[in-house]
This record gives sequence, structure tokens and C-alpha cells, in this order.
Amino acid sequence: MPYIPHSDDDRRAMLAAIGAQSIEELFADVPERVRFPKLDLPPALSEMEARWELETLAATNFSTADGPCFLGAGAYRHFVPAVVDSVLRRGEFYTAYTPYQPEISQGTLQAIFEYQTMICALTGMEVANASHYDGATATAEAVISAINAHRLKRRRVVLASTLHPEYRAVVRTYTQGMGLTVENSGSAGFTDSAGFTDAAGFTDLLDRDTACLVVQYPDFLGRIEDLRAAAEAAHAVGALLIVAANPIALGLLKPPGEFGADIVVGEGQGLGGGLNFGGPYLGFFATRMEHVRRMAGRLVGQTVDADGRRGFVLTLSTREQHIRRDKATSNICTNEGLMALAAAVYMAALGRCGMRQAAELCYHKAHYAADQIAGLPGYTVLRDRPFFNEFVVRCPRPAGEINDLLLDEYGIIGGYDLGRDYPHLQGHMLLCVTEMNAREEIDLLVEALEEVGG
Amino acid sequence: MKLDQNARYARTHEWARWDGDEIVCGISDHAQESLSDIVYVELPEVGDRWERGDNFGVVESVKAASDLYMPMGGEITAVNEALADQPELVNQSPYDEGWMIRFRPSDRAEWDDLMDAEAYEEFVAEEEG
Repeated sequence: MPYIPHSDDDRRAMLAAIGAQSIEELFADVPERVRFPKLDLPPALSEMEARWELETLAATNFSTADGPCFLGAGAYRHFVPAVVDSVLRRGEFYTAYTPYQPEISQGTLQAIFEYQTMICALTGMEVANASHYDGATATAEAVISAINAHRLKRRRVVLASTLHPEYRAVVRTYTQGMGLTVENSGSAGFTDSAGFTDAAGFTDLLDRDTACLVVQYPDFLGRIEDLRAAAEAAHAVGALLIVAANPIALGLLKPPGEFGADIVVGEGQGLGGGLNFGGPYLGFFATRMEHVRRMAGRLVGQTVDADGRRGFVLTLSTREQHIRRDKATSNICTNEGLMALAAAVYMAALGRCGMRQAAELCYHKAHYAADQIAGLPGYTVLRDRPFFNEFVVRCPRPAGEINDLLLDEYGIIGGYDLGRDYPHLQGHMLLCVTEMNAREEIDLLVEALEEVGG
Repeated sequence: MKLDQNARYARTHEWARWDGDEIVCGISDHAQESLSDIVYVELPEVGDRWERGDNFGVVESVKAASDLYMPMGGEITAVNEALADQPELVNQSPYDEGWMIRFRPSDRAEWDDLMDAEAYEEFVAEEEG
């Protein structure tokens, strides 16, 4: 029963005060057909009945807890140690917000400081901010930072076609109205088996009006590229190189900072975050000190108080909330504090060796899966480039059909249908393998693919 | 308030001083004192051309961020690179080591519209009310 504080007497008194005779008269201005429409609803349920109905409905979902999952494409299922949730759920930490008087929450600031420090170590950069909503928005903020680093004089942004399609869409959304030209690097060159040009192919698109080149590492198709060529191509015209990186892969791969990346962003969900139905996720953002003033969001720093004791402060507040309100280059005044904390606990719990081990497990299991699938009749694994934990498979029938059969007949969540984003990759599937996929699951997938492919 | 008698001043608190054919420009002692500790100065690039009154940079202190305006129009020939690492020079030495830009003025007559030290002192006193 809803809690409605007004009694009939209260309503009469209010109507009398405004000079209306009745509720009907009060709403007389609302057209009659929509004023009190008859809703064709079933009879009301008791709380117990409603719960049964909703639980039955929810049980028809098929989640990653119900069967093997080989779907990645930007959201990854990794193991989350119990310590992550137990720290996260402490009452002192359990809020998404950095308090408005931040210095009073030393624990929160210390956690963010440690998160920033570990993101720097992982990406090979000098400074990381306190986080963004997700990988896509962090990428868009990086593009805006690059535009500002060039004092708005350069108007072109080049996005690799192998940057996550949703990230490209979000960059366009964020920058609309700024009068920029946002280019996708074409796939016309078809220089590899997946039909994409490598970094050298960007050179034609980059000019003196280009503020930045954005690439993904590993790319959307899971492939690892030597980024030096991209860095050289960008820097040759004075543009910044922005790298959207998978942080789990960075446990194993050379950090983008060592390739000459100017800004490294990415989706941090894999660091201690669940799939969470698509959110909350975590955007990380790291750069070099020379760009720190153009970095969006906030930055926590370590200092000493008047007595020489260690303490933490908001070294850079979000500009639009405080002193640079009218000169801010970003409208971001928040971060994913709780997800950043989860990432910090995850990275601290795994440590350097654990991060490498998690990445190696992903790498080796994915390569085992690729080897097995490559032997199946009708399937081709595109592997002319090294890959991390995702790879492209050309299938003998439409990827959507295969996925339906995998789910219905075998209880397996299949891969990502690349034809959705790349017309020339109809019939191609992006498969993802993480440390969470046991060998038995992989073998089951291979068996199932063989049967549905025939 | 310290004043440079050889400089002229804009109502937006920048000073300008001739050095050969070029103008050297910074912010006044009064301006740096009002801003308090300066933590960042964003300066233009050499070769940028600006009109009088154009916003050529930003000075940011622990208290406020303020735009910097050209006291006269011209083309930037040098910026004070030292301020990137030592923005406090603006506080310590606003008329010398804390200079911000040099430019080649496009219209020398604009100099005559600036206030001399005496007029600027009065202007500040009035502004302070």
C-alpha cells in the first residue's frame, strides 16, 4: 500500500484554498481522453505474488553464471577476488561520490591516489586522474584534451577503424557542435586478412590540422600492434597519440607509454569489476605531466601537513566546479569513485606478478581455443597478427545463427557478431577467452562449433 | 604597490614596456598580489597574432583563474618559458623575471591609450574604492 500522507480533509482544505471544487475540476485543463485513462491492467497482486512473478521472469534470463561465456568486445568477465567486495562494501567507502569537502575523507583520497599511481605504472604514464564513467567517455575526454592541447587550432581527429565502434560513436557525441572533423581510418587498404590498414596506413589521413590519432591496444579485434609506427605517424605532424588500452592485457604487454603514447585511456571494468549489466564501469585516463592542466576530472595528490605528516589533497579539482568554471574544457565533475576503489584493491591484491599471471592465462587459453577452432572444417581463424585474448573467426554460416544455436542447444554464450559494425566482416565472429573459461568449456565450444558448422 | 615607471598599464592590469621595436608584457604587482600564489600560467605560441584586448593566456592562482588580455595588438615573438616550471616568478618579480610575452605591435598608436604609472596608481586606488 502506498504511503500517502494526505487525508481527505487535507485535500478538501487544499482545494478550498485554491478555489477548486474537486480534483476533477483541478485537472480540467488536461484533455479528457488522457486525464484519467483507463489502464488495462490485471488485478493488483500481493507483494508475495508480485515477487513470485518477477522471480519467475528473472529466471528466464541466461547469465554468465549459467553457462560458458565467450563474449567480450569491450566488457570482460574476469575473476574478482573476495577481498575486492569486502573492502568496497565497508560503510566508510560505500559511496560513488568523492565528498564535497574531500580532504576530510583521507581514506577515500588515499584509495584514489593509490589507484592513480597503479594506473600510471600499468600504462607507463606520468599522471592519471581519479577516473571517468567508462572507457568510451574517457576516450572522448582524451580527444577533447588533445584539441585543447593544440589550443583549439587543430580541427581534425582521426579514429582508427579498429577502435571500439561504441567509443567512436561516443567521441562523435561528445564533440558534436565543436566544429571538428572526425575521421575514421578507412579499411580500403585491406592490408590484412581482417581488411584493415595498419598504422602506416594512417599517414595519409594525418595532417598539420590533426589534433590526435586514437588507436586501441589490443584493437577491437583483439590484435596487438607495435604502436611505434602509430606514434611516429602522429608525432610527425605534431598530433597526439591517444591509446585506448585493455588494462588486463597491460599486465603482459609493453605499456603504451613506452611506445610514445601521449594519453592512455581505457575501460577499467576488468580490474575488479563485474559485468554489472553494462554499468557501472570505469574509465581510466593517464597522460604526461605536460598535459596535466588539460586533463579532465580531478587529481588526488600526496603531501605533508603542517606537522610533516603524510596526507592527501585534491591537487586539481574539477575545474568547472571551482575556480575555472567558465574556462573549463570538460563538463565532467564526477568520477567512478567506487569502481576506482575496486580497481585499486584488485591491482593491489594481485600485485605485479598476479597481473601478469592473469594476463598470461587469458593469452594462453585464447590461443588454445584459436588453435582448436582453426582445425575445424569450415572455420578460419584470422591470425596474421598477434592477438591477446580475442580473435576473429570466419564462420561457415551467419554469426547470429551460430550464436542462437550455441545458446539454445549447448547453453553457451557465443562471440560478438562483427557484421553488426563492419559490413565486410559479415559471417565473422569475435571470440573472447579469459582465465574464467575452463579448458572443458573451451573444448565444449569447439565441439559445438563443429556440430553447428556442418 | 610597486610600479614600473617605464611601463604603461591596461585597465585589465597588464603592463607593457618598449624594448627596441617590441613590447614586453606581464601583469602588474597589484594584479599578482590580488591573485596571491600563482600556480600556472598558460601562454600563447610564438607567431600568434592578436588584436588589442584579445585573450592571450590564463593565469591561475590558488584563489582564482584570470584571463590575460593584450594591452596592444601584435604578433607574439617570444614567451617566458621559465614560467612553465616557475610560475612563482610572477609573484616574485612581476616586472622583470615574471614577464609573460614579447610581441611586435601592429599599431604603435595603441601605446598612447595605455595609462602611465601615475594614472594606473590612481585607477587602482579608485577600483579599490
